[in-house]
Amino acid sequence: MNPFSSSTRLRDMIRSIRACKTAAEERGVVRKECADIRASINENDPHDRHRNLAKLMFIHMLGYPTHFGQMECLKLIASPGFPEKRIGYLGLMLLLDERQEVLMLVTNSLKQDLNHTNQYVVGLALCALGNICSAEMARDLAPEVERLIQFRDPNIRKKAALCSTRIVRKVPDLAENFINAASSLLKEKHHGVLITGVQLCYELCTINDEALEFFRKKCTEGLIKTLRDITNSAYQPEYDVAGITDPFLHIRLLKLLRVLGHGDADASDLMTDILAQVATKTESNKNAGNAVLYECVETIMAIEDTSSLRVLAINILGRFLSNRDNNIRYVALNMLMKAIAFDDQAVQRHRVTILECVKDPDASIRKRALELVSLLVNENNVKQLTKELIDYLEISDEDFKEDLSAKICSIVEKFSPEKIWYIDQMLKVLSEAGKFVKDDVWHALIVVITNASELHGYTVRALYKAFLTYSEQETLVRVAIWCIGEYGDLLVNNVGMLGIEDPITVTECDAVDVIVDAITRHNSDMTTKAMALVALLKLSSRFPSISERIKDVILKQKGSLLLEMQQRAIEFNSIVERHKNIRSSLVERMPVLDEATFNVRRAGSLPASVSTMAKPSVSIPNGVSAAPLVDLLDLGSDDILAAPSSSSGADFLQDLLGVDLGSSSAQSGATPAPKASTDLLLDILSIGTPSPAQNSTSAIDLLSTADMNNNSSTALDTLSSSAQPHIATTASAGGMFDLLDGLSPSPSKEATNGPAYPPIVAYESSSLKIEFTFSKPSGNPQTTNVEATFINISPNTFTDFVFQAAVPKFLQLHLDPASSNTLPANGGKVTQNLRVTNSQHGKKSLVMRMRIGYKMNGKDVLEEGQINNFPRGL
Amino acid sequence: MGIRFILMVNKQGQTRLAQYYEWLTLEERRALEGEIVRKCLARNDQQKCSFVEHRNYKIVYRRYASLFFMVGVDDDENELAILEFIHLLVETMDKHFGNVCELDIMFHLEKAHFMLEEMVMNGCIVETSKANILSPIQLMDKAH
Repeated sequence: MNPFSSSTRLRDMIRSIRACKTAAEERGVVRKECADIRASINENDPHDRHRNLAKLMFIHMLGYPTHFGQMECLKLIASPGFPEKRIGYLGLMLLLDERQEVLMLVTNSLKQDLNHTNQYVVGLALCALGNICSAEMARDLAPEVERLIQFRDPNIRKKAALCSTRIVRKVPDLAENFINAASSLLKEKHHGVLITGVQLCYELCTINDEALEFFRKKCTEGLIKTLRDITNSAYQPEYDVAGITDPFLHIRLLKLLRVLGHGDADASDLMTDILAQVATKTESNKNAGNAVLYECVETIMAIEDTSSLRVLAINILGRFLSNRDNNIRYVALNMLMKAIAFDDQAVQRHRVTILECVKDPDASIRKRALELVSLLVNENNVKQLTKELIDYLEISDEDFKEDLSAKICSIVEKFSPEKIWYIDQMLKVLSEAGKFVKDDVWHALIVVITNASELHGYTVRALYKAFLTYSEQETLVRVAIWCIGEYGDLLVNNVGMLGIEDPITVTECDAVDVIVDAITRHNSDMTTKAMALVALLKLSSRFPSISERIKDVILKQKGSLLLEMQQRAIEFNSIVERHKNIRSSLVERMPVLDEATFNVRRAGSLPASVSTMAKPSVSIPNGVSAAPLVDLLDLGSDDILAAPSSSSGADFLQDLLGVDLGSSSAQSGATPAPKASTDLLLDILSIGTPSPAQNSTSAIDLLSTADMNNNSSTALDTLSSSAQPHIATTASAGGMFDLLDGLSPSPSKEATNGPAYPPIVAYESSSLKIEFTFSKPSGNPQTTNVEATFINISPNTFTDFVFQAAVPKFLQLHLDPASSNTLPANGGKVTQNLRVTNSQHGKKSLVMRMRIGYKMNGKDVLEEGQINNFPRGL
Repeated sequence: MGIRFILMVNKQGQTRLAQYYEWLTLEERRALEGEIVRKCLARNDQQKCSFVEHRNYKIVYRRYASLFFMVGVDDDENELAILEFIHLLVETMDKHFGNVCELDIMFHLEKAHFMLEEMVMNGCIVETSKANILSPIQLMDKAH
């Protein structure tokens, strides 16, 4: 019986399935057919098996379960006739896979078939083995396959070669057996065998290093010769595709050459000729030619450097880029990304074309072009590129806006030449695509804003204007209300106008309007509303004239349905009403968030970043979005701030209050870059290294004086204007302390009653001498004020002078800012005040370890010592 | 490695031929086919780039009359070469069936599979000469 007459009944089934109008009908037909097939299987009728299997395959393709047919496959394979075997193997490959245990039963049949006399049967078995064999089957049947690689028929040889590829992949240990066989395959003439031989070698090289060495030494020249033959060969009608003889073989050979040449200079040398020939002679007006060129370019990129070849490659890519065909352009963009790694200049030449590609209507090309552009950005072209990208952001599709805005933000952050430009660009991005901007991006923006003190006024005015036009963008709204809350007074009083701005008049009412709008709008989410409440609190202390209105708004939020809002409203309300005296100190200006630490921390917390800090990730939002709360609870809320603590837990509170700074400052280095052990929040709020610590100390000192002065607006002004000097790089700046000294009664000048103690020379080395003089403030015998004088006794000037001290646990240490951090040579002096509190006063005397860092002649010097000669009784 | 799967799907989204070179369960296959087809069909109206990126591999596709030929490949594969391969496949089938159309593939599914098996094994291209590919199949037909 003609087994392929089964197609009449198969055809009937297909017809009936096609005739079904609904899915339910189709399911019915399929179910009926399956039932028939199952009945037929049970009858064990050999004639219909193949037909059944063909039908099963069709049904499987449609997506219905067909596992009841698997044993049928096995029976078909075991039958002697070729057509049955054919269908059986086909069914095997389609319906089964390597994980099924049924496959083990087939191993024996496969073995017999591999030794069959009919070469087509052998071919079938090899095919099946090659497609789905598992590791055990591979081990069992590997020797057979090895033998077959040397078979006389090329068809069998090629199939055996591919089968071995799979075996080698499944069981890498067997690779050695195949090396010799593979190298003999490379000398074949038959293209099919050659292609599969090349593939086998490629696989062996990737898996096994010895194989790689072997092939590199023995076979490179042979391969090059083969490639040359093919390139120069005459027209072969069988293998010709669009004028090139067997482009597939070209490509495979080039791929293998790539692996052989990568990392090896000799092999690469041998290849340069043929690569140049292929690159120049291949026609590129057909796709086949372009495919070969593409592979050639990839190979040139991967092998060892020959600059002339690389120039050639990039020229080819340039030609690809201007090609009309989208596919070619896509491929070129892909390759250019790899090319940037070693030849940036050449790629820069094509920048304009690449920018055009970002705007292409095709989504794949756009994506690739955008990635490429972000790699191309450097300091020179960043402004123009960003301008173009932002222009495009306005007109791009919604789904692309997210990628585009993320890329623009990262470019702007990395390369911004000045802060004002950075803020401008970010504002534009937020206005256009705010809802796609991620949280850490706008947190970073806020960090930058706080650092750019001269731009506070400009920023808040720009944000105000932007808010009026683009108030749907959530992130823009958030940044705007934060800034208005912080710098509302600058907004209203037009402080800090830059030359390029037009003056606008914003009354306090307008500012509050903005925030009230943000709260009451129905599509603001909880974070925005919460931030708005905090901003209102800040404004209620900065704008005392409309604090009534603000109070009303806050009161209204008491009844909000969101718990967070209720809680905040009630707390803020009580502050506004009953605690006016601490209100201003609670909402004083945020201390400058330290950019350097923020960036390093953030880079460490982002998994995909380039930073080399593989340190723990306390996520930034903890630090920054907790900022409004920390603002409020500056003076030591343990619970919130304790959360991100990774180092000293109990010392936290003391660290925050600037006490026991000695130990934590000795932990962290002399430079602003933090070690991971110091806490995120400490770093961000610039506590934990001595110089910024002095900021917080003086802030707290100022606060206490402000309290004593009973909170007039003048105190507020002194607070806010003294906040300006806080904005410095973390190395202590000289000028700032003059202001502070002028403002606050410096603690060291407090009345020094009590017994006088002799000054001591705390430390002396060849270049530096330190003297301590002591005094005790009245009323507190445990506290000692120490004035430390550092004297430069070397002939060189010291710069960036930093003094750090550590004390044991029963002592508490305050460090005030030094008078300057430059010591002129030969006797230049710097003074610094310390306050030490001895909880074991009378029982133990003072002892201190100190570390001094400074730069002398451009070199960093570090000196350490212990001071044991404090007078007793301190 | 290389080719992960080959699909032929018509414009309504019905699969006409599916050959996978890596193991996926039935539900995964249906889901995958659905997603890819939707992507390719949507793109075809507007743009002309033949490569789509889906999850961790690339799909190279081309439309011939009412049938979409989609090949899923690894990231490191040469896409232009795969495009050529699709064309070679179509030409081979054309040579065998004579003016091949979708119905030919449907009603002679097993022959289409045989041809594909001769050309691709284990995700790698085995044979690219139409004569060599078609000779065993013609032998089989002649024997019956």
